[in-house]
Amino acid sequence: MRIGIDVGGTNTDIVLMEGREVRAWYKTPTTADVTAGIINSLRHIIDEVSLDPASLDGVMIGTTHFTNAVVERRHLQETACLRLGLPATVCLPPMVDWPDDLRDVVGNHYFLAHGGHEFDGRVISPFDESEIRGIAEQIRDRGISAVAISSVFSPVNTEFEVRAGEIVADVIPDANVTLSSEIGRIGLLERENAAIMNGCLRTLALRTIAGFRAALEQMAIEAPFFISQNDGTLMNAEFAADYPVLTFASGPTNSMRGAAFLSGLRDAIVVDVGGTTTDIGVLQQGFPRVAALAVDIGGVRTNFRMPDTYNIGLGGGSLVQSEPIAVGPRSVGYEITDRALIFGGEEMTASDVMVATGKVDIGDRSRVTQITADFAQNVEGHMLEMVTNAVDRMKTSATPVPVIVVGGGSILLQEEIPGSSEMLKPPHFAVANAIGAAIAQVGGECDRIFSLEGSTRDEVLDQAKDEARQRAIAAGATSDSIEIVDVEEVPLAYLPGNAIRIAVKAVGDLEGA
Amino acid sequence: MQLVDETALDELALGAAVLGTGGGGDPYIGKIMSRQAIRDYGPIQMLSLDELADEDLVVPSAMMGAPTVMVEKMPSGDDVLNAFETISRYLNQPIRATMSIEAGGLNSVVPLYLAARLQIPLVDCDGMGRAFPELQMVTHTLHGLSATPMAMSDERGNTLLLETIDNLWTETFARSITIDMGATALIALYPATVAQLKECAIHGTMSRAREIGRIIMNARRQEANPVDSVRAALDGFLVFEGKVSDVERRTEGGFARGDAYMEGIHEYEGKRLRLSFQNEHLAARIDDQFIVTVPDLIAVLDAESAEPITTEGLRYGFRVAVIAFPCAAQWRTEAGIELVGPRYFGYDVDYIPVEERLGS
Repeated sequence: MRIGIDVGGTNTDIVLMEGREVRAWYKTPTTADVTAGIINSLRHIIDEVSLDPASLDGVMIGTTHFTNAVVERRHLQETACLRLGLPATVCLPPMVDWPDDLRDVVGNHYFLAHGGHEFDGRVISPFDESEIRGIAEQIRDRGISAVAISSVFSPVNTEFEVRAGEIVADVIPDANVTLSSEIGRIGLLERENAAIMNGCLRTLALRTIAGFRAALEQMAIEAPFFISQNDGTLMNAEFAADYPVLTFASGPTNSMRGAAFLSGLRDAIVVDVGGTTTDIGVLQQGFPRVAALAVDIGGVRTNFRMPDTYNIGLGGGSLVQSEPIAVGPRSVGYEITDRALIFGGEEMTASDVMVATGKVDIGDRSRVTQITADFAQNVEGHMLEMVTNAVDRMKTSATPVPVIVVGGGSILLQEEIPGSSEMLKPPHFAVANAIGAAIAQVGGECDRIFSLEGSTRDEVLDQAKDEARQRAIAAGATSDSIEIVDVEEVPLAYLPGNAIRIAVKAVGDLEGA
Repeated sequence: MQLVDETALDELALGAAVLGTGGGGDPYIGKIMSRQAIRDYGPIQMLSLDELADEDLVVPSAMMGAPTVMVEKMPSGDDVLNAFETISRYLNQPIRATMSIEAGGLNSVVPLYLAARLQIPLVDCDGMGRAFPELQMVTHTLHGLSATPMAMSDERGNTLLLETIDNLWTETFARSITIDMGATALIALYPATVAQLKECAIHGTMSRAREIGRIIMNARRQEANPVDSVRAALDGFLVFEGKVSDVERRTEGGFARGDAYMEGIHEYEGKRLRLSFQNEHLAARIDDQFIVTVPDLIAVLDAESAEPITTEGLRYGFRVAVIAFPCAAQWRTEAGIELVGPRYFGYDVDYIPVEERLGS
């Protein structure tokens, strides 16, 4: 059996799953002390089904804690960035495009050194050990222990980052070092940004993961525990303490993976209706379609694989206006239980209108009798049109596709969405996030530039797939369960010599799952 | 004279990406390079050709190579200067100003970095009025101007100087040197006097780019339709609205060639657009009928925000508007069509100006 926990900004959701079956679930407000919230929800589940903690195979936790820390500029530690690539890259120093307030919090400590590689593996300038040692001493003398190291084309050759990391660890005994090649893809600034953010989250990560572990120990759970990553796969807890940045945007991914699981569909559109917004995403082979463009986190550009979602300002708490009819984007949000008409409040929300249509029965129906049937019908039609347009935007062809509706606000959708082949509202839709965490697999990626000189396209594709597979196995996947879920190839413009960039993602089931 | 500050830079880069017709790569790196230089050294003077003396020497600067490599191995900054100053040394005369060789992507903004850093003027003109994939495809070639002496620099401090018999040879040699330099090189080429540029260059391209960028940003702020605003400003035509249904890419002769297919929506429902590209968009066909070809411009814009989409960024599922607009008059001459018309790129079709095809 597995437990999935989603620690969100507002709610902490928990599910207990046995095979493909949801045995129990519970939703509770997230507490300031994350550990206490997790203990509460664990206790509730354990009591509800008289669970023997020894029967658990694993606990999977998804959390927005680290994303929020960056967005809110809280709990971040000063971090130094060491970049190898001189004399290239000088005109754009590390953190050049960061928001000023975040750069100030992190300290704007950066150092450029020789090193780096060309796209084809040649060295830009030789690695200079004494230069690195000198920089490490300066970092130590500033009292900084978090160090992010980047090197030009390190996804092609990691050697210089690894050697620099060893020297830094030697000079600064309590150093925590993040190598950019371990967390990012081609695109130096974006990969380096991720490495620096990872560095400044390390202390918080150690503390948070220790808190999770303490919660499990207190409940006598000895099963291994895992943390969700942005691509919908898992990392073990020790790894997560070293790479907190990889949890960014795991929330939408878990919700979509949970929707896929609950509906049994692998290719569909997912409509997640919350209190304030609706997120629409696309499932391809059971995984979210990935955004093509750079994604900002807290104002910092990254190139993480993030789900491609489209958001509209429509949710259960959206405010409704009558002349002309308009719904959202203003919303009462989580205060819906005080401020909506049906809950004794004074604001007309989208949920009130749905109760007035007679299709939904929540709260106090007598409080919406002044809403006419005509008006309610018009507003419902308007909301359906908003969702229909958004779904249509995300579709890749005019062919009708199945639509899975999840989230607390899904009562707003009572009629079939035009352009959908079917509309599913699976059971347990309110905890799709935690289910997504519980069912997650482990994965491995390969993303680098290959030369086609002397080898065929099929040979380099096989090589890339094999590298991704090996990384999935290293992450804990059983080798016979591994599937290649994404292959992307981009020929490099303006170059003879047939260089090609290949990105492959492999995923597999965890051992014992 | 106009001053290019950070706001103007954002407008200019956005507008140039529209004129770039899908080519030139993501302008992000070039834009933050120039922005940093403006912060460090001050805003840039942008002068029209009329504001300079006829005998003044102007040398364009640019980046050559793979934009995909540029996002990893960024320039040192000194490399941009080295190429430029090598030309000055070789010709043994001072260079009065720099300019963009093309509008679009990275190369519309690299000269801004140089102009800010050396505090020299940027001339409000270019050699294409758009972007094209090959080095000889500039209006300079139509007027018999040589691409050389051309200087190429890498970040290590190497600089090579080329003197060639014609601009096609320049392209050939420069391509292979670029590979040896690590797939990116900073270049300075086509040195010309202001008098020569008055004849051959396309005037006002940079202020036009800036104006397009400003129109798009204003339309977004006012929640007007930015696609329609930009189309109107360019005297252009809406060619298609649809969703990208397939993108086929192949590498041929060192270029990213391919075709994107789009399924129509709204009034284009049931129709299919085929867009062919070689770094830049070259030709568009609806249901196998050519409706616009080079040298006229084809821009693919995000249907809602009018954000220009590069050929490399073009993806399955994008909802786009395709607009077409007339090229500079110089490209519509016999020599112009021979240099950059549809037949040069292998399409067996005559060039017909876009307003004749779609004007009715």
